[in-house]
Amino acid sequence: MIIPQTLSELTGPVYGHGSVTDADRDLTNRHRGKPIGERIIVEGRVIDEDGRAVRDSLVELWQANAAGRYAHRVDRHDAPLDPNFTGAGRALTDAEGRYRFVTIKPGAYPWLNHSNAWRPAHIHFSLWGPSFLTRLVTQMYFPGDPLLALDPIYNSVPDPRGRERLLANFDLSLTQPEHALGYRFDIVLRGRQATPMEKSHG
Amino acid sequence: MAELTPFQTVGPFFAICLSEDGCAQLSAEEAVGRHISIEGTVRDGAGAVVPDSLVEIWQANAAGKYAHPDDHQTKPLDPHFTGYGRAPTDGEGRFSIATIMPGRVPGPDEQLQAPHLLLSILARGVLTRLVTRVYFADEPSTADDPILSLVPANRRDTLIAKREGGDRYRFDLVLQGDGETVFFDV
Repeated sequence: MIIPQTLSELTGPVYGHGSVTDADRDLTNRHRGKPIGERIIVEGRVIDEDGRAVRDSLVELWQANAAGRYAHRVDRHDAPLDPNFTGAGRALTDAEGRYRFVTIKPGAYPWLNHSNAWRPAHIHFSLWGPSFLTRLVTQMYFPGDPLLALDPIYNSVPDPRGRERLLANFDLSLTQPEHALGYRFDIVLRGRQATPMEKSHG
Repeated sequence: MAELTPFQTVGPFFAICLSEDGCAQLSAEEAVGRHISIEGTVRDGAGAVVPDSLVEIWQANAAGKYAHPDDHQTKPLDPHFTGYGRAPTDGEGRFSIATIMPGRVPGPDEQLQAPHLLLSILARGVLTRLVTRVYFADEPSTADDPILSLVPANRRDTLIAKREGGDRYRFDLVLQGDGETVFFDV
Protein backbone atom coordinates (compact mmCIF):
# COMPACT_ATOMS: atom_id res chain seq x y z
CA MET A 1 0.00 0.00 0.00
CA ILE A 2 1.05 3.58 -0.61
CA ILE A 3 1.79 5.90 2.31
CA PRO A 4 2.71 9.61 2.37
CA GLN A 5 6.41 10.41 2.39
CA THR A 6 7.22 11.89 5.80
CA LEU A 7 10.45 13.13 7.34
CA SER A 8 11.19 9.49 8.15
CA GLU A 9 11.25 8.47 4.48
CA LEU A 10 12.86 11.69 3.23
CA THR A 11 15.96 11.27 5.37
CA GLY A 12 18.39 8.36 5.47
CA PRO A 13 21.76 7.17 6.71
CA VAL A 14 24.71 9.50 6.29
CA TYR A 15 28.20 8.03 6.25
CA GLY A 16 31.10 10.13 7.42
CA HIS A 17 34.27 10.32 5.40
CA GLY A 18 36.09 8.82 8.34
CA SER A 19 34.28 5.51 7.91
CA VAL A 20 35.58 4.81 4.39
CA THR A 21 39.23 4.89 3.38
CA ASP A 22 40.94 4.87 -0.02
CA ALA A 23 42.15 1.34 0.67
CA ASP A 24 38.54 0.13 0.80
CA ARG A 25 38.08 0.67 -2.92
CA ASP A 26 41.03 -1.37 -4.13
CA LEU A 27 39.96 -5.02 -3.76
CA THR A 28 43.29 -6.21 -5.19
CA ASN A 29 45.33 -4.72 -2.40
CA ARG A 30 43.74 -6.03 0.78
CA HIS A 31 45.96 -9.02 1.46
CA ARG A 32 49.62 -9.96 1.48
CA GLY A 33 49.72 -11.07 -2.15
CA LYS A 34 47.94 -10.15 -5.35
CA PRO A 35 44.75 -11.99 -6.29
CA ILE A 36 44.62 -14.23 -9.35
CA GLY A 37 42.61 -13.06 -12.31
CA GLU A 38 42.08 -10.20 -14.70
CA ARG A 39 42.47 -6.86 -12.92
CA ILE A 40 39.81 -4.34 -13.90
CA ILE A 41 38.82 -0.78 -13.04
CA VAL A 42 35.12 -0.13 -12.46
CA GLU A 43 34.24 3.53 -12.49
CA GLY A 44 31.03 5.45 -12.82
CA ARG A 45 28.86 8.33 -11.81
CA VAL A 46 25.89 8.18 -9.48
CA ILE A 47 23.17 10.65 -10.44
CA ASP A 48 19.49 10.93 -9.62
CA GLU A 49 16.73 10.78 -12.19
CA ASP A 50 16.76 14.58 -12.41
CA GLY A 51 20.38 14.44 -13.52
CA ARG A 52 21.85 15.72 -10.26
CA ALA A 53 25.10 14.27 -8.97
CA VAL A 54 24.66 12.13 -5.84
CA ARG A 55 27.66 13.19 -3.77
CA ASP A 56 29.20 11.79 -0.59
CA SER A 57 27.14 8.65 -0.96
CA LEU A 58 28.17 5.18 0.13
CA VAL A 59 28.74 2.62 -2.63
CA GLU A 60 29.42 -0.95 -1.54
CA LEU A 61 30.15 -3.93 -3.75
CA TRP A 62 30.73 -7.66 -3.39
CA GLN A 63 31.52 -10.40 -5.86
CA ALA A 64 32.95 -13.84 -6.58
CA ASN A 65 36.65 -14.29 -7.29
CA ALA A 66 38.09 -15.01 -10.75
CA ALA A 67 37.21 -18.70 -10.38
CA GLY A 68 33.57 -17.93 -9.63
CA ARG A 69 33.73 -18.61 -5.88
CA TYR A 70 32.48 -16.36 -3.09
CA ALA A 71 34.47 -16.05 0.12
CA HIS A 72 31.33 -17.02 2.04
CA ARG A 73 30.82 -20.12 4.19
CA VAL A 74 27.60 -21.04 2.38
CA ASP A 75 29.23 -21.16 -1.08
CA ARG A 76 30.09 -24.81 -1.82
CA HIS A 77 31.06 -24.35 -5.48
CA ASP A 78 33.99 -26.63 -6.29
CA ALA A 79 36.30 -23.80 -7.32
CA PRO A 80 39.29 -22.50 -5.37
CA LEU A 81 39.12 -19.70 -2.85
CA ASP A 82 41.80 -17.08 -3.39
CA PRO A 83 43.57 -16.25 -0.12
CA ASN A 84 44.34 -12.82 -1.56
CA PHE A 85 40.79 -11.91 -2.48
CA THR A 86 37.78 -11.31 -0.24
CA GLY A 87 35.65 -9.61 -2.85
CA ALA A 88 34.15 -6.74 -0.83
CA GLY A 89 34.76 -3.02 -1.16
CA ARG A 90 33.27 0.35 -0.33
CA ALA A 91 33.69 3.93 -1.52
CA LEU A 92 32.08 7.34 -1.19
CA THR A 93 31.10 9.30 -4.28
CA ASP A 94 32.91 12.60 -4.86
CA ALA A 95 31.37 16.02 -5.50
CA GLU A 96 30.46 15.00 -9.07
CA GLY A 97 28.96 11.68 -7.92
CA ARG A 98 31.91 9.64 -9.19
CA TYR A 99 33.19 6.43 -7.65
CA ARG A 100 36.02 4.13 -8.67
CA PHE A 101 37.02 0.58 -7.72
CA VAL A 102 39.93 -1.63 -8.69
CA THR A 103 39.05 -5.31 -8.58
CA ILE A 104 39.27 -8.67 -10.39
CA LYS A 105 36.84 -9.72 -13.08
CA PRO A 106 34.54 -12.27 -11.41
CA GLY A 107 34.04 -15.71 -12.91
CA ALA A 108 30.71 -17.25 -13.92
CA TYR A 109 29.00 -18.90 -10.98
CA PRO A 110 26.94 -22.14 -10.99
CA TRP A 111 23.72 -22.23 -8.98
CA LEU A 112 21.00 -24.78 -8.54
CA ASN A 113 18.07 -22.77 -9.87
CA HIS A 114 17.62 -25.13 -12.81
CA SER A 115 19.63 -27.77 -14.64
CA ASN A 116 23.07 -26.51 -15.71
CA ALA A 117 22.32 -23.05 -14.35
CA TRP A 118 25.16 -20.48 -14.43
CA ARG A 119 25.06 -16.88 -13.36
CA PRO A 120 26.78 -14.53 -15.80
CA ALA A 121 29.80 -12.72 -14.35
CA HIS A 122 28.39 -10.00 -12.11
CA ILE A 123 29.23 -7.58 -9.32
CA HIS A 124 26.67 -6.77 -6.60
CA PHE A 125 26.22 -3.08 -5.78
CA SER A 126 24.56 -1.49 -2.76
CA LEU A 127 23.89 2.26 -2.55
CA TRP A 128 21.98 4.46 -0.12
CA GLY A 129 21.84 7.81 -1.87
CA PRO A 130 20.47 10.82 0.00
CA SER A 131 17.42 9.27 1.69
CA PHE A 132 15.63 6.09 2.72
CA LEU A 133 13.75 6.25 -0.58
CA THR A 134 16.80 6.21 -2.79
CA ARG A 135 18.18 2.88 -1.54
CA LEU A 136 19.32 0.66 -4.40
CA VAL A 137 20.73 -2.86 -4.47
CA THR A 138 21.58 -4.11 -7.92
CA GLN A 139 23.99 -6.17 -10.01
CA MET A 140 26.41 -5.06 -12.71
CA TYR A 141 27.06 -7.32 -15.69
CA PHE A 142 29.67 -7.40 -18.45
CA PRO A 143 28.84 -6.72 -22.10
CA GLY A 144 28.77 -9.66 -24.49
CA ASP A 145 28.40 -12.34 -21.82
CA PRO A 146 26.65 -15.34 -23.49
CA LEU A 147 25.02 -16.29 -20.16
CA LEU A 148 22.98 -13.09 -19.98
CA ALA A 149 20.25 -14.46 -22.25
CA LEU A 150 19.87 -17.52 -20.00
CA ASP A 151 19.90 -15.81 -16.60
CA PRO A 152 16.54 -15.49 -14.79
CA ILE A 153 17.85 -12.83 -12.43
CA TYR A 154 19.15 -10.52 -15.18
CA ASN A 155 15.93 -11.19 -17.09
CA SER A 156 13.76 -10.44 -14.05
CA VAL A 157 13.96 -6.85 -15.29
CA PRO A 158 11.13 -6.86 -17.83
CA ASP A 159 12.17 -3.77 -19.79
CA PRO A 160 15.02 -4.42 -22.29
CA ARG A 161 16.32 -0.89 -21.75
CA GLY A 162 16.34 -1.55 -18.00
CA ARG A 163 18.46 -4.66 -18.57
CA GLU A 164 20.82 -2.62 -20.71
CA ARG A 165 21.34 -0.23 -17.80
CA LEU A 166 22.71 -3.16 -15.78
CA LEU A 167 25.52 -3.66 -18.29
CA ALA A 168 28.88 -2.00 -17.75
CA ASN A 169 30.50 -0.54 -20.85
CA PHE A 170 34.08 -1.28 -21.76
CA ASP A 171 35.83 2.09 -21.84
CA LEU A 172 39.26 2.54 -23.38
CA SER A 173 39.64 5.93 -21.71
CA LEU A 174 39.37 4.26 -18.28
CA THR A 175 41.71 1.47 -19.32
CA GLN A 176 45.25 1.81 -18.04
CA PRO A 177 48.07 0.65 -20.33
CA GLU A 178 49.87 -2.48 -19.13
CA HIS A 179 47.68 -2.49 -16.03
CA ALA A 180 43.91 -3.02 -16.24
CA LEU A 181 40.86 -2.83 -18.49
CA GLY A 182 38.34 -0.14 -17.59
CA TYR A 183 34.58 -0.54 -17.35
CA ARG A 184 32.08 2.28 -16.88
CA PHE A 185 28.96 1.67 -14.82
CA ASP A 186 26.77 4.73 -14.25
CA ILE A 187 23.94 4.44 -11.74
CA VAL A 188 20.68 6.39 -11.60
CA LEU A 189 18.83 6.70 -8.27
CA ARG A 190 15.38 8.09 -7.58
CA GLY A 191 14.99 11.86 -7.53
CA ARG A 192 13.71 14.13 -4.79
CA GLN A 193 10.21 14.42 -6.24
CA ALA A 194 9.87 10.70 -6.88
CA THR A 195 6.44 9.16 -6.52
CA PRO A 196 5.97 5.90 -4.62
CA MET A 197 7.40 2.86 -6.37
CA GLU A 198 5.21 -0.14 -6.94
CA LYS A 199 6.42 -3.09 -4.96
CA SER A 200 7.23 -6.30 -6.75
CA HIS A 201 7.63 -9.53 -4.87
CA GLY A 202 10.13 -12.12 -6.07
CA MET B 1 14.85 12.57 -16.90
CA ALA B 2 17.42 9.84 -16.61
CA GLU B 3 15.97 6.36 -16.32
CA LEU B 4 16.44 4.51 -13.04
CA THR B 5 18.92 1.71 -12.62
CA PRO B 6 16.75 -1.36 -11.89
CA PHE B 7 16.81 -3.15 -8.54
CA GLN B 8 18.24 -6.70 -8.44
CA THR B 9 18.02 -9.28 -5.68
CA VAL B 10 20.64 -9.08 -2.94
CA GLY B 11 21.40 -12.80 -3.37
CA PRO B 12 22.77 -15.16 -0.70
CA PHE B 13 26.31 -13.80 -0.26
CA PHE B 14 25.86 -10.16 0.80
CA ALA B 15 27.28 -10.92 4.22
CA ILE B 16 30.85 -10.67 2.89
CA CYS B 17 30.13 -6.95 2.45
CA LEU B 18 26.97 -5.72 4.17
CA SER B 19 27.20 -7.18 7.65
CA GLU B 20 30.36 -6.00 9.29
CA ASP B 21 30.54 -6.55 13.05
CA GLY B 22 28.70 -4.13 15.22
CA CYS B 23 26.17 -2.76 12.76
CA ALA B 24 23.25 -4.45 14.53
CA GLN B 25 24.11 -2.21 17.47
CA LEU B 26 22.76 1.25 16.68
CA SER B 27 23.24 2.57 20.15
CA ALA B 28 26.62 3.18 21.64
CA GLU B 29 26.46 2.99 25.44
CA GLU B 30 26.59 6.77 25.62
CA ALA B 31 23.54 7.25 23.37
CA VAL B 32 20.80 9.27 25.03
CA GLY B 33 17.45 7.60 25.59
CA ARG B 34 15.88 4.34 26.62
CA HIS B 35 17.99 1.45 25.37
CA ILE B 36 15.89 -1.31 23.86
CA SER B 37 16.31 -4.39 21.71
CA ILE B 38 14.07 -5.51 18.88
CA GLU B 39 14.12 -9.21 18.15
CA GLY B 40 12.19 -11.25 15.64
CA THR B 41 12.02 -14.06 13.13
CA VAL B 42 11.58 -13.67 9.38
CA ARG B 43 9.36 -16.25 7.67
CA ASP B 44 8.40 -16.78 4.03
CA GLY B 45 4.98 -17.50 2.56
CA ALA B 46 5.25 -21.22 3.40
CA GLY B 47 6.03 -20.48 7.04
CA ALA B 48 9.68 -21.48 6.68
CA VAL B 49 12.28 -19.30 8.35
CA VAL B 50 14.42 -17.12 6.07
CA PRO B 51 17.99 -17.66 7.22
CA ASP B 52 19.85 -15.24 4.97
CA SER B 53 17.90 -12.03 4.77
CA LEU B 54 19.16 -8.60 5.76
CA VAL B 55 17.16 -6.34 8.07
CA GLU B 56 17.92 -2.62 7.82
CA ILE B 57 16.77 0.07 10.26
CA TRP B 58 16.45 3.85 10.00
CA GLN B 59 15.13 5.91 12.87
CA ALA B 60 15.21 9.21 14.75
CA ASN B 61 17.12 9.70 17.99
CA ALA B 62 15.47 9.90 21.43
CA ALA B 63 14.60 13.56 20.85
CA GLY B 64 12.82 12.81 17.59
CA LYS B 65 15.56 14.19 15.34
CA TYR B 66 17.11 12.46 12.32
CA ALA B 67 20.87 12.68 11.86
CA HIS B 68 20.40 14.01 8.34
CA PRO B 69 20.89 17.47 6.76
CA ASP B 70 17.25 17.64 5.61
CA ASP B 71 15.92 17.43 9.17
CA HIS B 72 15.63 21.14 10.05
CA GLN B 73 13.92 20.68 13.43
CA THR B 74 15.51 22.56 16.31
CA LYS B 75 16.02 19.42 18.38
CA PRO B 76 19.37 18.12 19.62
CA LEU B 77 21.45 15.70 17.60
CA ASP B 78 23.05 12.88 19.55
CA PRO B 79 26.71 12.45 18.54
CA HIS B 80 26.51 8.83 19.71
CA PHE B 81 23.56 7.88 17.56
CA THR B 82 23.39 7.72 13.74
CA GLY B 83 19.98 6.07 13.49
CA TYR B 84 21.11 3.42 11.03
CA GLY B 85 21.75 -0.26 11.58
CA ARG B 86 21.54 -3.56 9.81
CA ALA B 87 21.52 -7.19 10.84
CA PRO B 88 21.49 -10.43 8.84
CA THR B 89 19.12 -13.14 10.03
CA ASP B 90 20.78 -16.24 11.49
CA GLY B 91 20.24 -19.91 10.62
CA GLU B 92 16.85 -19.84 12.36
CA GLY B 93 15.71 -16.66 10.61
CA ARG B 94 16.25 -14.57 13.74
CA PHE B 95 17.57 -11.04 14.00
CA SER B 96 18.27 -8.79 16.95
CA ILE B 97 18.82 -5.05 16.90
CA ALA B 98 20.03 -3.01 19.86
CA THR B 99 18.89 0.58 19.69
CA ILE B 100 17.10 3.33 21.60
CA MET B 101 13.40 4.19 21.68
CA PRO B 102 12.95 6.85 18.97
CA GLY B 103 11.27 10.16 19.76
CA ARG B 104 8.28 11.49 17.86
CA VAL B 105 8.80 13.19 14.50
CA PRO B 106 6.40 15.29 12.42
CA GLY B 107 4.11 13.59 9.94
CA PRO B 108 1.52 14.81 7.45
CA ASP B 109 0.06 18.24 8.32
CA GLU B 110 2.66 18.58 11.10
CA GLN B 111 0.76 16.06 13.20
CA LEU B 112 3.27 14.16 15.31
CA GLN B 113 3.90 10.54 14.43
CA ALA B 114 4.13 7.87 17.11
CA PRO B 115 7.63 6.54 17.83
CA HIS B 116 8.57 4.25 14.96
CA LEU B 117 11.43 2.74 13.02
CA LEU B 118 11.60 2.23 9.29
CA LEU B 119 12.59 -1.34 8.57
CA SER B 120 13.45 -2.89 5.24
CA ILE B 121 14.23 -6.46 4.30
CA LEU B 122 16.49 -7.68 1.53
CA ALA B 123 16.53 -11.38 0.74
CA ARG B 124 17.44 -13.78 -2.01
CA GLY B 125 14.46 -14.46 -4.21
CA VAL B 126 13.01 -11.06 -3.40
CA LEU B 127 13.49 -8.86 -6.45
CA THR B 128 13.58 -5.58 -4.60
CA ARG B 129 13.38 -4.67 -0.92
CA LEU B 130 10.35 -4.83 1.33
CA VAL B 131 9.68 -1.73 3.43
CA THR B 132 7.67 -1.58 6.62
CA ARG B 133 7.45 0.27 9.94
CA VAL B 134 7.87 -0.87 13.52
CA TYR B 135 5.61 0.71 16.15
CA PHE B 136 5.47 -0.09 19.86
CA ALA B 137 2.47 -1.67 21.60
CA ASP B 138 3.09 0.11 24.91
CA GLU B 139 3.43 3.61 23.43
CA PRO B 140 0.08 5.39 23.93
CA SER B 141 0.50 7.51 20.78
CA THR B 142 0.65 4.40 18.57
CA ALA B 143 -3.17 4.27 18.54
CA ASP B 144 -3.37 7.73 16.89
CA ASP B 145 -0.47 7.52 14.47
CA PRO B 146 -1.40 9.17 11.16
CA ILE B 147 0.40 6.59 9.02
CA LEU B 148 -0.59 3.49 10.98
CA SER B 149 -4.22 4.68 10.78
CA LEU B 150 -4.03 4.26 6.99
CA VAL B 151 -3.45 0.51 7.42
CA PRO B 152 -6.58 -1.68 7.57
CA ALA B 153 -7.37 -2.19 11.25
CA ASN B 154 -7.19 -5.98 11.06
CA ARG B 155 -3.58 -5.83 9.79
CA ARG B 156 -2.12 -3.10 12.03
CA ASP B 157 -0.88 -5.72 14.44
CA THR B 158 1.76 -6.80 11.94
CA LEU B 159 3.46 -3.41 12.44
CA ILE B 160 3.42 -3.32 16.23
CA ALA B 161 6.28 -4.67 18.32
CA LYS B 162 5.18 -6.32 21.57
CA ARG B 163 7.05 -5.76 24.78
CA GLU B 164 8.45 -8.99 26.14
CA GLY B 165 9.53 -7.81 29.53
CA GLY B 166 12.33 -5.42 30.36
CA ASP B 167 13.45 -3.50 27.33
CA ARG B 168 12.98 -6.33 24.84
CA TYR B 169 10.46 -6.07 22.05
CA ARG B 170 9.39 -8.77 19.60
CA PHE B 171 8.71 -7.99 15.95
CA ASP B 172 8.23 -11.01 13.65
CA LEU B 173 7.89 -10.68 9.91
CA VAL B 174 6.02 -12.75 7.33
CA LEU B 175 7.08 -11.96 3.76
CA GLN B 176 4.03 -13.41 2.00
CA GLY B 177 0.72 -15.17 2.45
CA ASP B 178 -1.24 -15.68 5.69
CA GLY B 179 -0.44 -13.02 8.24
CA GLU B 180 1.75 -11.16 5.76
CA THR B 181 3.41 -8.11 7.28
CA VAL B 182 2.07 -4.91 5.75
CA PHE B 183 4.72 -3.61 3.35
CA PHE B 184 4.63 -0.09 1.98
CA ASP B 185 5.22 1.44 -1.42
CA VAL B 186 7.30 4.46 -0.55
